[in-house]
Amino acid sequence: MDHDEDEWAVQAHGLGKSYGAVRVLDGLDLAVRRGSVFALLGPNGAGKTTTVRILATLLAPDAGRARVAGHDVVGERSRVRRAISLTGQFAALDEELTGSENLRMMARLWGLPRAGARGRAVELLARFGLAEAAGRRVSTYSGGMRRRLDLAASLVGEPSVIFLDEPTTGLDPRSRQEVWDIVTELAGSGVTVFLTTQYLEEADRLAGQIAVIDGGRLVAEGTAAQLKQRVAGERLDLTLAGPEAYERVAALLEPRIVRRDPGRLLIGVSTTGTAQDVRDLLDGVDPSRRLVDRFAVHTASLDDVFMTLTGHNAKEPSHV
Amino acid sequence: MSDSLAMIDRSLRLSVRNVDALITSLALPVLMMLIFVFLFGGAVNTGGGGAYVQYVVPGVLVLCAGFGAGNTAIRVTQDMTGGIIDRFRSLDVSPTAILVGHVTASLARNLAASALVFGVATAIGFRSQATFPGLLAAAAVLLAFILAISWVGAAVGLLAKSPEAASGFTFFIAFLPYPSSGFVPVQTMPSWIHGFAENQPITPVIEALRGLLLDQPVGAAPWLALAWCAGIVAVGMTASATMFRRRTS
Repeated sequence: MDHDEDEWAVQAHGLGKSYGAVRVLDGLDLAVRRGSVFALLGPNGAGKTTTVRILATLLAPDAGRARVAGHDVVGERSRVRRAISLTGQFAALDEELTGSENLRMMARLWGLPRAGARGRAVELLARFGLAEAAGRRVSTYSGGMRRRLDLAASLVGEPSVIFLDEPTTGLDPRSRQEVWDIVTELAGSGVTVFLTTQYLEEADRLAGQIAVIDGGRLVAEGTAAQLKQRVAGERLDLTLAGPEAYERVAALLEPRIVRRDPGRLLIGVSTTGTAQDVRDLLDGVDPSRRLVDRFAVHTASLDDVFMTLTGHNAKEPSHV
Repeated sequence: MSDSLAMIDRSLRLSVRNVDALITSLALPVLMMLIFVFLFGGAVNTGGGGAYVQYVVPGVLVLCAGFGAGNTAIRVTQDMTGGIIDRFRSLDVSPTAILVGHVTASLARNLAASALVFGVATAIGFRSQATFPGLLAAAAVLLAFILAISWVGAAVGLLAKSPEAASGFTFFIAFLPYPSSGFVPVQTMPSWIHGFAENQPITPVIEALRGLLLDQPVGAAPWLALAWCAGIVAVGMTASATMFRRRTS
């Protein structure tokens, strides 16, 4: 057991949560290694926020158990809370207070005396590049500054496990990059980062281990490289000459198809995106050069990832 | 305990920063008093023969506390519907500390508004006849009422789904002082409303304040007022605790 607790920052078994008839989490298992960056990847409504709220002790699961930082999230709630921090999708800040006042308040709530809280606030403001804005009200901050202050506020208690729920949703590219830098820096300092995201790219950039969830269930898990082998990085969309051509090409490409749109005579297949791959593919399905009208290469979207992953699962025989 | 202090500090800072709400909560009661005294007062015969301003001050103080409580309800709802409640909870701040912060700030805002009402009332002719102990007793009754109605505000804030819904509470609370002896004697109202007007909690509060401020016999009114307030505080706190649990589970 001691060995386990040294190794794992988060362990969840069979987590379930329903709201009325809607099953948000349906037997989710997760294990996050201490000191790693872990990404929970999924579309809206997959159960990401619910998972984070359960692990952060804000929500009790209907089924299953979870340990965070070595403590049970239901039975040892206060101990878990001492060891973690949560940054939600919406900034947890007082708009009418200054950046410095927000951090001092959080530090005092964490248990630091007044002087200690002031010191911690100064230190965090400097670390997050907010020293100059310290005396300004948060209502005057940009989206990126707000997010940085929010992250700073989550660190007042020097947590060992940090939960970030969609930390870059709604941010401009530059602010997103800043948040990525912060997460990378946090990871370097030895804390465990558990983040949720809708963006494959973000999970790829930040996380060592990625879990893909959909409909409250784990769909796939692995390193970015492992997932990429299952999910195309790029997608080649072929527009066919007619319904007959559509049927023939669909039959030929069957295992590689990630997208079908018979109405628009469109088939999407996974590709590496290299000229070589695209050329081989076109030559392979259409040597006569009469079936394919047009083609376009797109970066695979999360939709493609899910179509591939859930489609793959659907083909497996169901366990009766 | 230190959590409560930090939360009180926060709520007070927010009260001062929120200039619009602060001005409204200070100006509204004063404006209401001026309207009552100068526009309606001339037509009201309170039966005592004195100036209407002598009669109406307790009613305005109670009205003022109601507005303040409505404000508190809105602030509590804003906290509960924003992201900050999650941060507080993940910092293991107790629900009590969060609400104590709001209620204390409510108390402070209301005392400031009450002082202003007193000042303006004096300027337009109100003369307190109270003895010093009477004044202390009046202050105690007013404080108890503000505390009680602030806890009700907190509970309503926890119940409301949106700040707009919470502000509806202000309307309800603002009407409660009218069917009481706050602005006109109950005897002048239709008889079917006497039962409610004479027995609702605001009436003993107003009777106690008026009697103590004008140094008239008060009978059991102060005790009745304090008993009502204690009961309301108990109900408000219990309801708040229940609602907070329900809302965060």
